[in-house]
Amino acid sequence: MSDGYNFAYLDEATKRMIRRALLKAVAIPGYQVPFSSREMPMPYGWGTGGVQVTAACLTPSDVLKVIDQGADDTTNAVSIRSFFARVAGVATTERTADATIIQTRHRIPEQPLTEDQILVYQVPIPEPLRFLEPRETETRRMHALSDYGLMHVRLYEDIARHGAITKAYAYPVMVAGRYVMDPSPIPRFDNPKLDRSPALQLFGAGRESRIYAVPPWTEVRSLDFDDYPFEATKADAPCALCGATDSYLDEVIVDDAGGRMFVCSDTDYCAGRRAAGHRGIAAPPELVDMGEAP
Amino acid sequence: MYVATKGGETAIANAHAWLAEERRGDPGVPDLTVAQIRDQMGVAVARVMAEGALYDPDLAALALKQARGDMVEAVFLIRAFRTTLPRLGSSLPVDTGAMACDRRISAVFKDLPGGQMLGPTFDYTHRLIDFALAAGEPPPPAPETPAAPGPVPHVTTFLKREGVLQDEPGGAPLPPDLTREPLELPADRPLRLQALARGDEGFLLGLAYSTQRGYGRNHAFVGELRIGAVAVEVDIPELGFAVDIGEVTLTECETVNQFQGSATQPAQFTRGYGLVFGQSERKAISMALVDRALRARELGEVDATAPAQDEEFVLSHCDNVQASGFLEHIKLPHYVDFQAELELVRKLRAEASGVALQEAAE
Repeated sequence: MSDGYNFAYLDEATKRMIRRALLKAVAIPGYQVPFSSREMPMPYGWGTGGVQVTAACLTPSDVLKVIDQGADDTTNAVSIRSFFARVAGVATTERTADATIIQTRHRIPEQPLTEDQILVYQVPIPEPLRFLEPRETETRRMHALSDYGLMHVRLYEDIARHGAITKAYAYPVMVAGRYVMDPSPIPRFDNPKLDRSPALQLFGAGRESRIYAVPPWTEVRSLDFDDYPFEATKADAPCALCGATDSYLDEVIVDDAGGRMFVCSDTDYCAGRRAAGHRGIAAPPELVDMGEAP
Repeated sequence: MYVATKGGETAIANAHAWLAEERRGDPGVPDLTVAQIRDQMGVAVARVMAEGALYDPDLAALALKQARGDMVEAVFLIRAFRTTLPRLGSSLPVDTGAMACDRRISAVFKDLPGGQMLGPTFDYTHRLIDFALAAGEPPPPAPETPAAPGPVPHVTTFLKREGVLQDEPGGAPLPPDLTREPLELPADRPLRLQALARGDEGFLLGLAYSTQRGYGRNHAFVGELRIGAVAVEVDIPELGFAVDIGEVTLTECETVNQFQGSATQPAQFTRGYGLVFGQSERKAISMALVDRALRARELGEVDATAPAQDEEFVLSHCDNVQASGFLEHIKLPHYVDFQAELELVRKLRAEASGVALQEAAE
């Protein structure tokens, strides 16, 4: 552990301030609680909100997993994981099942979470109404009055113009029937996993100084219309490495002619399936032998 | 054949090693010392202290060295360090009237008590590249004169005595602390000034300039601009009196702006205020103009719709550590979101061409 810094970097008074905000957020699901966000040693917009929430939740016995785009080995996930390994000395893992706290950017793991886990989201713009109304003073009033007409008009206009709701990620949800919430830029494929999740879901927006939460087993409904129901979508293909048909896929361009293949965005899920003997059409035999799985 | 990319950790470590080498540059050229940067890049050091919101010239110089001269990066290093420091207390308000001025000018009176003193300014230099500097020649010695005795009174005291300048309403004894409470709007003037003092010089300069060009014009005169050292005093409860704990160099600008008056109140000038660490005149003047612009509603100016008059717009966007972090985060991977959009666009296009085909068939 790094000398000269408190456990998990933040001083105890700051952690207490963040925990108070977290408690309030859990008590009012989907409500954005202002908190006194600190400058962190990584840039704003690179997960400072998630890092502060994780720092406030971590205990020495926790096991931390950090993913970005579903993968443990993307550069920013590597950077945040090594930050906590250094300033908190906690155990880290790439296995979803082994983690007690998972910090994520843009994805919810494929493997269902449990009551013993906390999922911490990094949030760039916490306000779901921001791109409809740029003023914070105004959007706070709209939330207070449950004045969500503007959002429904936007979704309606999408259908009128394109024949479908065109929010592909950061698809707005209604939490516990009260607050419209931005689930962070997860693909809408992940939205159903928000609903009645056994895990505690915490959202941290550092630059915007906001924390919000979805407590375990809370109803989270993706906004839609009776005649245009919400649809979780993904590329219509199986994973080329593990053959999964139920996971969210990244598209990879494999040659100069624009040839492409689809692979699981959740690297732990994909590796676990390959270790269990599942094969996709492009899985080389040595991939299984590399022992990169659990 | 496709193998999922691995090795982020090694790539990061290698990038850092290369960066360190680039920072050092040609090893045949002597390494810059922190003292050299502190003493010879004083204006850069001042800016890092001002926007980093921490008065420590040595640390700011070190941050500049580490950041390879990137101002915003150096400011960020200072902020990230500052946030780990405990807040032990507050100083008494510094008395800029008692400032030991290096520079003090007024644009509204030709002469005044305390005098006009140019000090070390670029103002009347001809901007000609000085090739002698490249040769490392020392400058000729500057003439010296004994310091004028006594405090230099503020220009505004004379105007206030006459009643032609508006009095400023007093604030709370302890101002709010932007670094300990989230910014919530509307913000009062002490909080706005605090945000502006940390705000990006370029952003504030642009906004201030926009008011001069008519986007929220309030016609500012530089009532006074002063630069110098002031004492920082802290009340020690055990002692029962304030103790001088050091001094800081500040730049202070007070503008005298367009007057107001009504049937019940005779006409009076209004004010804008700027106060910045170190020698940072451009920033101090910009801050004063933007401060004044942000008072538009308080001063009952109708139709205050210019960007510089919009508190939420200015305060939400003036912090360069926040702005550059968020701007540059778009370098991070967004495969997942892009994939979601790509699927959607393909689907919409397929549906559209399906409709077109069907129409052609009919």
